[in-house]
Amino acid sequence: MARKISILIVDDEESVRDSLYNWFIEDGFRVECAENAKRALTILESDQFDIILADIKMPGMDGLEMLRRIKSLKNDSIVIVMTAFATVDTAVKALKDGAYDYVTKPFDPDDLTHLIRNATRQISLAEENESLREKVISLENVEDLIGNSEAMKNVLREVESVAQTNSSVIITGESGTGKELVARAIHANSPRKFFPFVSVHCGALTESLLESELFGHEKGAFTGAMYNRKGRFEMADSGSIFLDEIATISVKMQVELLRVLESKTFMRVGGNKEISSDFRVICATNKDLKSMVEKGTFREDLYYRLNVVNIQIPPLRDRKEDIPLLVDYFIKKYCTSMNRPSVSIDPGALKRLQEFNFPGNIRELENMIERAIVVGNGKKISLKDLPLEKTMVTSSAESLDDFEKAFILQILNKYSWNISRTARALKVDRVTLYHKIKKYNLKQADQQ
Amino acid sequence: MSLQNITLVSFGYFEKDILEKTAEAVATEFHYPVSIREGHIDLSEFYDSSRRQYNGNLLLKQVSSMPFSDSLKTIGIFNVDLFVPILTFIFGQAFLGGHAGIASLYRLGNERYGIPKDSELTLDRFRKEVIHELGHTFGLIHCVNPACVMRSSTYVEDIDQKEAHLCSRCRAELEKSFSRKS
Repeated sequence: MARKISILIVDDEESVRDSLYNWFIEDGFRVECAENAKRALTILESDQFDIILADIKMPGMDGLEMLRRIKSLKNDSIVIVMTAFATVDTAVKALKDGAYDYVTKPFDPDDLTHLIRNATRQISLAEENESLREKVISLENVEDLIGNSEAMKNVLREVESVAQTNSSVIITGESGTGKELVARAIHANSPRKFFPFVSVHCGALTESLLESELFGHEKGAFTGAMYNRKGRFEMADSGSIFLDEIATISVKMQVELLRVLESKTFMRVGGNKEISSDFRVICATNKDLKSMVEKGTFREDLYYRLNVVNIQIPPLRDRKEDIPLLVDYFIKKYCTSMNRPSVSIDPGALKRLQEFNFPGNIRELENMIERAIVVGNGKKISLKDLPLEKTMVTSSAESLDDFEKAFILQILNKYSWNISRTARALKVDRVTLYHKIKKYNLKQADQQ
Repeated sequence: MSLQNITLVSFGYFEKDILEKTAEAVATEFHYPVSIREGHIDLSEFYDSSRRQYNGNLLLKQVSSMPFSDSLKTIGIFNVDLFVPILTFIFGQAFLGGHAGIASLYRLGNERYGIPKDSELTLDRFRKEVIHELGHTFGLIHCVNPACVMRSSTYVEDIDQKEAHLCSRCRAELEKSFSRKS
């Protein structure tokens, strides 16, 4: 059922207020009256109205001044100004200041009906537009972005608003929160969606490798460079490039990157031909770049170049209401990929999941569900299928890095330090795994 | 004493036929006995010389203040051109959910629009207008159903488009308002 449209009548003449009040109330609108602009503004501080019908000539603050104040309060209000003394100048002034329409008193009943009908039509179109836009978001978003929480809706709104622009974006959030998924969603909703989305994991590459990866190289540029190779910037022409773990790049690479971002031109390693590429940059990091800038480990100019828009993804512990949805999604995903009939989850197990803090965020939850489907009875995931107790103890009072280190070591040991199998289980590539092993100085028990 | 009557109070001269047929239509529509009375007020007090029309707001207040102790709802019937300050004219108006309304025959006749007089059509428009205003006094708001008598009409042609009856939805609303009162 359509909601009731609300109208605020502002006129110093009681008879006018009464007449309009009676007229609109008979039409089924919610109607309030104010005898002057000051009173109207007070009412508007605590209540919202779809349509404001205001006299121009009132003692004290006039209707035009009130119109300007209303517009500064709520720009999408429909304000219709009325006057008994119509002049073209005042009408133009009112319309320029954002009035929806301008009418001369007294009106023909039919004119009033049409005026309000048009205004209500505009309101319903605006509302319809809003709801369609929301539907479009849900339709075009990468389907892996799951969540109904306010925090996640905010992220989606930001994705929607930034997607249509060409601005650089930095996505920040803890490990496993889905930064790449958000980057993909931005790309998928942008005008660049029909062109490549190129992803580069900066943290997994050494400086020279990253340089070659980003800019490409010419044959013979270095030992082993047997053929010309296109760089990621070149591949991302007309599309988007996603630079994950941007905080890990060296100072030299920061300079290079800044130059490319400013000129959108570069040369392949070992080449002498300038190549131009039209790409949009989306970066991600789990580090605090601002404090890195303060410490001098990240260039300030690059930071401001990249940080035109910042999207912060909340950790899973801050949006626990999304856990049931995520669990349901991962159950469907893994049951389908493992070609198994769908399983359900025991309410007690789900409750425990919602109580858990998930230092590894969604990635941790996903791994838990995948594991539970593998080890479970094939019908229902129960508490014993979830490695919650152990992980809870392990993760208590420790940092995310400590947790990650312990978790990686656990999986490495499980697969007898077989790097490929461990990387597959952790859902990372082998290079990332080597990087993590190096980072945490992990060693096999017999090497220690 | 229970209020079981709807009263039509005529101010000025009306053909007996118009009043009786209107009263009959009202009784049929609202299932209340309808009485016809004559009202006497000095209409010049309600005349706005700058607009050469009669102030509908003041007339409505006047009708509302008239004591008809056995009357559930009272409709003042006029044959003058009514206005409210913000509108160029009105056919009638009422207090929503109140006990009084007014309606005027003045703008309902074809002869006002340069068309040959049609008494039947005028009567038809008038009873629709009276039922419409009475509907408001029973708390009914304007209806979107084009055939419903509660459809808003700003021209006589609009009145001709609708019937002299409530649609099923408005009828249900009316029944609800009766049951709330009882």
